[in-house]
Amino acid sequence: MTTRLHPTQEVDPGAPAIEVRDLHKSFGDNDVLTGIDFHVDAGQVVCVIGPSGSGKSTLLRCVNRLEEPTSGQVLIEGIDITDPETELDAVRSRIGMVFQQFNLFSHMTVLRNLTIAQQRAKKRSRKEAEEVARRNLDRVGLSDKIDAYPAHLSGGQQQRVAIARALSMDPDMMLFDEPTSALDPELVGDVLDVMKTLAGEGMTMMVVTHEMGFAREVGDKLVFMADGVICEEGDPREVLGNPREPRTQEFLSKVL
Amino acid sequence: MGSLTRTQRQRAVQFSLYGLFVLLIVLFWVVSDKEAIRANFFLAEGFTETWQDFVFIGAKNTILYTVIAFVGGFVLAMVLVLMKLAPVAPFRWLATAYIELFRGLPALVVILFMAFGVPIAFGWRPPGGPVGAGLVGLMLVSAAYMAETIRAGIEAVPKGQTEAARSLGMNGGWTMATVVMPQALRIVIPPLTNELVILIKDTSLLFVIGMAANEKELTTMARDFMSSGPSAGTATSLTFAALLYLAITLPLTRVVAWLERRQNRSR
Repeated sequence: MTTRLHPTQEVDPGAPAIEVRDLHKSFGDNDVLTGIDFHVDAGQVVCVIGPSGSGKSTLLRCVNRLEEPTSGQVLIEGIDITDPETELDAVRSRIGMVFQQFNLFSHMTVLRNLTIAQQRAKKRSRKEAEEVARRNLDRVGLSDKIDAYPAHLSGGQQQRVAIARALSMDPDMMLFDEPTSALDPELVGDVLDVMKTLAGEGMTMMVVTHEMGFAREVGDKLVFMADGVICEEGDPREVLGNPREPRTQEFLSKVL
Repeated sequence: MGSLTRTQRQRAVQFSLYGLFVLLIVLFWVVSDKEAIRANFFLAEGFTETWQDFVFIGAKNTILYTVIAFVGGFVLAMVLVLMKLAPVAPFRWLATAYIELFRGLPALVVILFMAFGVPIAFGWRPPGGPVGAGLVGLMLVSAAYMAETIRAGIEAVPKGQTEAARSLGMNGGWTMATVVMPQALRIVIPPLTNELVILIKDTSLLFVIGMAANEKELTTMARDFMSSGPSAGTATSLTFAALLYLAITLPLTRVVAWLERRQNRSR
């Protein structure tokens, strides 16, 4: 792929995968994000936790501009995607995203779910797209569901297909928006296993989650958000085991 | 009644309702003038000697006009929907104004405008003569209703579907064409079929337009056979037309009911 992401800016291999500078986001009078600065380095797994309404999902959705930031900058591999000149679709195809509600295309088979964007956005041939799709379905352990429709899969299977769909674009990084929150408890493990494998392979990941076990075990950095700001961040074992801020302590005492 | 059990009471009520129903039928049969009904609504010659005209001209044209108006209306409705979704506000205003205008006007007035008003005012005559003009009128009206239906279908597609497609790097056009529209159209098939049934009945409004013999649809044909032909002076031709309308519309409404049941099951 040689699509230019921006007429003048170049991908900078030394830059963080994701860098957010003084990000603000308001919905009308409601200030959801009030000055976020943070970054995810290439190969890092960063988990974002916090009470509901703290803005963590909004922050994640600003990273691929599904949500339009009110002010501030979001840089992906050194390219400012809040700049109107940026080829947003081309940048997005380098950022995989996994949603809480899976959002598989319900009128398409699993295979078509995995090939449609490869063909339309990455201009791959049907044959190549199907090869990539089969490889990624195999990665998530669902090769036998290739011709199934999403409605016939369990929530856990749908989420693994959604991960395979994002992976089929060969993204440089993956965003996860509470990927296990809509799942029955017994199905959470399969999805977390896939994510752990992915992390082990060196994928850059930003994960909004309530799974403290995953954050402790897999995360390189933990970010605690509250009331639209980053309250505390650092090594997951440190933040979870020995939180400095009272707000963090209060939250963790409720969820752990 | 005190000695009856609950079930016995229910039986007694049901029994008397059946009895009342039978009584009403018998009463109608005794009181009605069956000869007058037969002679006015079911004159045999009105069927035996005109059925070829009714089926091969009247019903054929009713179906043909419906299909033309539906296809034309659908295409126009899609244009209106895209305008409603346009990023530029004036397009949205124009589409909204159009929809409000044509939903607020009687279809008959629009047909008269197209068939008589526009040709007089601009000297423009649409292809197909007065019938073509009337069909344009039907298209304009049905497009307004279909546009609203399709827009509702698009809004019924979960927002997450668009977000997933956009997050994969698909642009707005491809997302609409391959992800949103196919799901929206599946949702609107039952209401659009209803629209089709309404359009079948509305083709009868074209009777206000003068038609050549081979252009007549069912209503025009029925009216003309009331004043001439084998059943002249009776309403037999209206009965015939009514039965043929039902033969077309009833299967379609059954299909709609089936589609809706199937859709509710799959959710």
